[in-house]
Amino acid sequence: MQAWLKVLNLAILASTIQIATPIIYAALGSVMSERGGVINIGIEGIMLLSCFAAVVGSYFWGPWAGVLLAMAVGGLLGLLHAYLSVTVKANQIISATAINIVAVGLPNLLVPAIWPGHHAVSPVVPRLADVRLPIIADLPVIGPVLGRQNPLAYLALLLVPVLDFLLFKTRFGLRLRAVGEHPRAADTVGISVTRMRYIGVIVGGVLAGIGGAFLSIGYQSQYSAAMTGGRGFMGMAAMIFGNWRPFGALLACLLFGFADAFQAAAQSASILPVSPRLLLSLPYILTLIALAGLVGKTVGPAADGKPYEKG
Amino acid sequence: MTTRSRARRAVGSSTSVQLLLSMAAVVFALLAGALVLVVTGQSPREAYGALWQGAFGSRRSIGETLLSTTPLIFGGLAVTVAFRCGLFNMGVEGQIAMGGLGAAWAGYWIRGLPACVHLPLALLIGTACGTAWGSIAGYLKARLNMHEVITTIMLNYIAFNIAGWAVSVGGPMKDAGQLPASPIILQTAKLPRILPGSRLHAGILIALVFVAIIWYLLFYSRLGYAIRAVGLSPTAAEYGGIRIARHIMLTMAISGSLGGLAGAVEVLGVHYRLFEAFSPGYGWDAIAVALLGMLHPMGVLLSALLFGALRSGSTLMQTVAGVSRDMILVISALVIFFIALTRSFAGTHGVSPGGKDSAGVAEGS
Repeated sequence: MQAWLKVLNLAILASTIQIATPIIYAALGSVMSERGGVINIGIEGIMLLSCFAAVVGSYFWGPWAGVLLAMAVGGLLGLLHAYLSVTVKANQIISATAINIVAVGLPNLLVPAIWPGHHAVSPVVPRLADVRLPIIADLPVIGPVLGRQNPLAYLALLLVPVLDFLLFKTRFGLRLRAVGEHPRAADTVGISVTRMRYIGVIVGGVLAGIGGAFLSIGYQSQYSAAMTGGRGFMGMAAMIFGNWRPFGALLACLLFGFADAFQAAAQSASILPVSPRLLLSLPYILTLIALAGLVGKTVGPAADGKPYEKG
Repeated sequence: MTTRSRARRAVGSSTSVQLLLSMAAVVFALLAGALVLVVTGQSPREAYGALWQGAFGSRRSIGETLLSTTPLIFGGLAVTVAFRCGLFNMGVEGQIAMGGLGAAWAGYWIRGLPACVHLPLALLIGTACGTAWGSIAGYLKARLNMHEVITTIMLNYIAFNIAGWAVSVGGPMKDAGQLPASPIILQTAKLPRILPGSRLHAGILIALVFVAIIWYLLFYSRLGYAIRAVGLSPTAAEYGGIRIARHIMLTMAISGSLGGLAGAVEVLGVHYRLFEAFSPGYGWDAIAVALLGMLHPMGVLLSALLFGALRSGSTLMQTVAGVSRDMILVISALVIFFIALTRSFAGTHGVSPGGKDSAGVAEGS
C-alpha cells in the first residue's frame, strides 16, 4: 500500500502533462483538419518528420530555430496533403499513408548524410529549456504540477481554449465548420470551400509540427527512428473521443498521459505484477478502450473525408 | 461532376491504362528516389547498380528476391481483400508479428509429429493468430464502427509488444541462450528449401496457390461478389440483401489470416525462430504492393516481385553503396503518392456498418 502511495504523488501529474503534450498537438491538428472536412491520418508522419526537422534546426541554429523549422515542415506537409485531398481529390487515406511511410524512411537516409557515422539516431542537440512560472510555481499542489514545464507544453495548454474560441466563437471558425458540415451550403453563400479546407489542413500540419518539435527537442534532445510511436494516431483517437472539440480532446490526451505516467512510475517502483515489456502496450490498449466506450456517442463533421465537387 | 474527375474515373476503368500508370509510378518513384540520393550526397548510379546486382546478380540473389517476394504476396493479398470491401488494413505488420509468434510456438513446442502433419499445423496456427488479430479490428468496425485505420495501427503496436515480451528475459517463449529469441523450431516444422544455393523455400509455392485462391474468391465466388458489393456501395449492397457487418468481419478475418500466413512463412521458412521485429516492414510494403497491383491478385503477384527485388537488393545497396535499406520505404511511399495522384478510387473511400456510404461517392456527382 505504501509503495502505491509513493507512486501516486504530484510528480506523476507533472509527467502526465509532458506525456500528453505531443498527443494534444496531434489532436488539435486533427481537429482543425477534420472540422474543415479533411481527414489527415498523415499527422503521425508529419510529426515524425517534424521531430527530425526540429533536431536539424536546433543543431545548426538553436532550439527555437528548430521549432520554426518543424512548423515550416509541418505546414508544407499539410499543404501537400491539402493539395492531394482538396485539389486533386485523391483518396485521403492513401495519400496520407504515403506521408506516414516516407516519414519513417527519409530521416534514416538523412541522418547519416548530415551527421556522418550516425545511423537512425542523431547526435544530442540543444533542447528547449523548461521555464518556471514565477507565482504559480510557489502555489501548493498546482506548483509542482504546472510550475515548471516546457514552453511548448504551456503553449499546448494555451492553444486549447484559443482554438476552441476560434472554432466556435469567430467568423473564421463558423466558416471552417461550415465547409466541414455542409460544403454545398457554404459554397452557396460564397465561402470558398477550397480555401477554408487548405487553411484547416495547413494549420493542422503546423500544430503537428510543433508537437514533433516538443517530442524531439523539448521532451528529448535527439532524433531516433520512429520516435513518435503512434502518438499521431493517438491524437486522432483523442479527437474522436473528444467529439471533435479541443477541450474534449484535451481530456482524452490527459487520460492517455496519466495512464502512461502511472505505468512508468509503477514500473520504476516495481510494484506491478505484470512484465514491464507487456505494459508498454497499455497506452494503445487504452486508446482502443476509450474509443470502444464511445459507441454512437460522438459524431464527426458530416462531410468529413468527402471531397467536394462544385456542381 | 467536373471534367477532371470524369477523366480520372474514365482512366480508372481501363486495365491497360492502369497498367501503364503502374509502370509510370515505378519509373517516377525510382527517378524521385534518385533525386533523394543526390540530395543526400550519394551516387544513384552506384546505389541502383548495387540494388540490381543484389536483386538479380546471381542465382543466390534471385533466390533472395523470390524469398522476399513471398511475404509480400501474402501481405499484398491481405491489403487487397480488405480494400475490395472498402477497408484499409494498416495492420498487416502486426498480423505478421502475431502469425510469426504462433508459427514459432507451434514449431518448437509441439513435438513427435511427422513433417507432413507438423508443418501444416504450424502454418495453420500461425495463420489462426493472424485471423484472430485481424478479426479484432473487424469486430470493432462492424459492431462499434471504430475506424479500422486507428484500430489496426493500435493493434500493430500491441502485437509488437506482445512478440517482444514473449522472447524477452522472463518471457514465455524465451530461449535459454543469450539472444532475445525463441527456441529454434524442429526440423519437422521447417519449410523445405527449393532452390539449391539459396534460402528460397516452398513458401513461394504456397503464395502462388493463394494468388489463385484469392482471385477465385474475389471474382468468382458469392462471398467475393458480396465483399466487392459492400466496397463499391454499402447502401446498394444492403438493399440487395447483403449483410454489411457480417461481411466486414469476414473480410478482416480473411485479410488478417493472409497477414498471419506471411508471418508464419517467414518464421518457418527463413528465420526458424521468433525474434522481435523479424519483418523489415513487409506489412508497409504490402500497401504499396496492393495499390501498384491495381488491387488484383495477378497485379499483386507482379508488384510483389518488384518489391521483393527492391528488398533483397537493398541489403547489397546498404553494404556496397552505404545507402540505408530504408530507401525502399521512400520508394514505396513515392509509388503510393503517384498512384494517389493519378488514380480514382471511387467507392473505396470507406465503408461504415450503418449502411451509409460514409464517403462513397463524391457529393453532387
